Amino acid sequence: MMIYATARTAFKALRRNPMRAMLTTLGIVIGVGAVIAMMEIGAGSSSALKKTIASMGANVLIIRPGTASSGGVSFGAGSTTTLTPADSQAILRECPAINNAVPMVRARAQVVYGNRNWVPNAIYGATPAYLEVQDWTILAEGEPFGDRDVLNGNRVCLLGQTIVRELFEGLSPVGREIRIKNISFKVVGVLSQKGANMMGFDQDDVILAPWTTIKYRVSGTTLATANQSSDTAGSSAVNTLSNIYPASQLSLYPERSAVQQADNPMPVRFANIDQIMAAAISSEEIPVAIAQISGVLRERHRIRTGESDDFNIRNMSELTKTLSTTTALMTNLLLAVAMISLLVGGVGIMNIMLVSVTERTREIGLRMAVGARGRDILRQFLVEAVVLCLTGGAMGIVLGHGGSLLVRALLDWPVETSPAAIATAVLVSAGVGIIFGFYPAWKASRLDPIEALRYE
Amino acid sequence: MELINLRQITKTYQMGDIAVPVLKGISLTIQQGELVALTGSSGSGKSTLMNILGCLDHPTAGEYWLEGQEISGISADERALLRNRKLGFVFQSFNLLARTSAIENVAMPLAYNAENLSERETRSRAAEMLARVGLADRLDHHPSQLSGGQQQRVAIARALINRPPVLFADEPTGNLDSRTSEEVLQMFERLNSEDGITIIMVTHDPKVAGHAGRKISLADGLIQGEAAASGSDRQGDAP
Repeated sequence: MMIYATARTAFKALRRNPMRAMLTTLGIVIGVGAVIAMMEIGAGSSSALKKTIASMGANVLIIRPGTASSGGVSFGAGSTTTLTPADSQAILRECPAINNAVPMVRARAQVVYGNRNWVPNAIYGATPAYLEVQDWTILAEGEPFGDRDVLNGNRVCLLGQTIVRELFEGLSPVGREIRIKNISFKVVGVLSQKGANMMGFDQDDVILAPWTTIKYRVSGTTLATANQSSDTAGSSAVNTLSNIYPASQLSLYPERSAVQQADNPMPVRFANIDQIMAAAISSEEIPVAIAQISGVLRERHRIRTGESDDFNIRNMSELTKTLSTTTALMTNLLLAVAMISLLVGGVGIMNIMLVSVTERTREIGLRMAVGARGRDILRQFLVEAVVLCLTGGAMGIVLGHGGSLLVRALLDWPVETSPAAIATAVLVSAGVGIIFGFYPAWKASRLDPIEALRYE
Repeated sequence: MELINLRQITKTYQMGDIAVPVLKGISLTIQQGELVALTGSSGSGKSTLMNILGCLDHPTAGEYWLEGQEISGISADERALLRNRKLGFVFQSFNLLARTSAIENVAMPLAYNAENLSERETRSRAAEMLARVGLADRLDHHPSQLSGGQQQRVAIARALINRPPVLFADEPTGNLDSRTSEEVLQMFERLNSEDGITIIMVTHDPKVAGHAGRKISLADGLIQGEAAASGSDRQGDAP
C-alpha cells in the first residue's frame, strides 16, 4: 500500500472521531505553540539583551598611545604622541571589521556658568560619531554638533545631565554659553541620562565638544598633562587674572618673552590625540578587528617586525564574556522549556493512541481478516500519529506565532521570528509522532485477528 | 473441482500446562460451488475449524489444501494475502466501521490488495458491489442509518469486493430477525448459484442450515455426520 493511500486511510480514520483527534492534537498544538512562542520571544529578548550589552560598550575597542620611556624610565600608557586623527580615519577606511572610529581627546577643567562652577569628570573632544558608538544618539534636548563644527574647531558643546543639574538648576541650557578655562562654549544640546557605568563612573558628568576645539583651545597638551582641574589660567596671555592667581602648573622651561616668540614661532601644531574609540561590527568580530587595527597602525607608524607596538588596544572582554554567557544561557533555558513541552505533548499522543488501539481492536481484527498484514496495521497507526502530530504542529506554529505577535502588540516585548524554530518544530512534531506513536502501533500490529474480532 | 481439502487437521490449545485438544482429526473435502453449513453445539470446535478454514489460524497438525496449495505451514503475512485474495468473511455482528459510509466500508479491503487502484476505480468497484447486493441507493449511508439486514448486505459486498472464490459466514443471521435472515440467506443462495461462489456457513440454527446444500455437523472436535440438506440438488450446479 502506498504512503498516499495510507495517509488517506489515516485521515478517514481520524475523521471518524474528530473530537478525539482534536483533543489528541491539542497536546501537540500547545507543545509546539509554546515552543514557537518561547523561541520567538526568547530570541527577541536575547537580541535585545545583546543590544543592551553592546550599548554598554561590548563592541567598543579603545586604542591608546603606548608608553614613552627615556633612559629606563617609563611614562605610562598614553605618554607617546604618535596617535593622530589620520590614524582614526585609516582604521575606519581599512579595517572591514570596524564600522566606526572616533578620534578623542580628553581634558579636565573647571566649567563656569554665571556664578556657578563645576569640574566635570571628563571633557571629551570627539566627533559626532562618538554618539553612535556609545549608542547615545537620542538627545534629551537640542541638536548634536556636526562634522563642520569639528573641522572649524567651533566652540560648541553637549552637556551631560549632571552638569545641567549642577550649573543650570533645571533651566534649559540650550543656546547659553558656558566657559571652560575661560573659553566660552555655546551649549547646543543636552545628552540623555545614562547613569553610572559598571565601574561606578558617572557617565552623565561629561561635556562633549569637537575634538579640535578641546585639543587646540582647551587642553593644548597631551593626556599626560591634562589633569588640571583647578587650573583656570591655561591661556595666560588672555586671562589677566592669572597674574593675581598664578597658575599652579610648573613650567619646565623658562617662559619665552614676546620677542623670542616673535622671532621663533612654533610652527608645528601637534595633532596627536589621546585615544581612538572604534566600534567593531559585532562582539564576535572583536579579535579580527584587533588584528586589523594592529596591522594598520603598525604600518602607519612604521614599526618593524619584532619591535613592540607604540599603542595599546583594549576591549571590554568582561562585557563580551557576559554577553556570550548570557546568550548561551538564554538559549539553553529556552531549549529545556521547549523539550519539556514537546515531551508532554508526545506522551499525550501516546496515551490517546494506546486508548485508540484498545477501542479499535475489532476494527484492527476486521482489517486483518480482510487481508491487512501486521505491518499494514503498524503503518496505519504510525501514519495516524504522524498526521496528528503534523497537524498539531502546523496549528501550533500558527498559534505560537500569533501568540508572540500578540505579545509584541500588547506588551511591546521584542519578538524575533525564527524560521529555524519553525522548521525544528515541524521536524520535532513528526519525530514525536513516530517515537510516541510507535509503541501503540506496534501493539496493534501484534494483535491476533481471532482475538481482536472477538473483542468486546 | 476440489477447492478445499483437509487431511487429519488437529488443533490443540495450550492453556498453561494443560493441552486442550479442540479439533481431533478432521478430514474434509469441499468442491467448488458448494453451499455448506457447519453446525454443532457450542464447544464442538466449529468456530476453530472455521478460523482454520478461513486462514485466520493455523492447525497444530494436518494438511490444508486450498486450490491445490498446501497452506497449513505458511507465514502470517502469506495468510493475510490469501485472506485478501481468496477468502471473504461475513460476521454475526457485521463488523462495519462506524461513522464510515457504506461505500468506504466496502472499499476497505481494496486498500490491502496491492493493486493500488485509483480513488475513482475503488469507488466504482465498491458501488458496483453494493448494487449487486441491492444497496445502490445507500452508497453514502453510515451503518447507523441502515437496518440490520442492510448492514449485513454491506458486509457481504465488502467480503466479495476482491472477488474471492470462497465466502465464510460466521452465524450470518445471528443478529437478524427471521425476515431479514431469509433475505440474507436468499442472497447467499443466489451468489452460490449465479456466481458459483463457494459458501461455508457456521450456524447452530437448523433453519439456516436447511438452506445449505450440504450440512456437516461437528461434535467434540470430530465430524459427527454429514447430510445433504434440502438443497442437495444444487450441488451439481457449479461450473
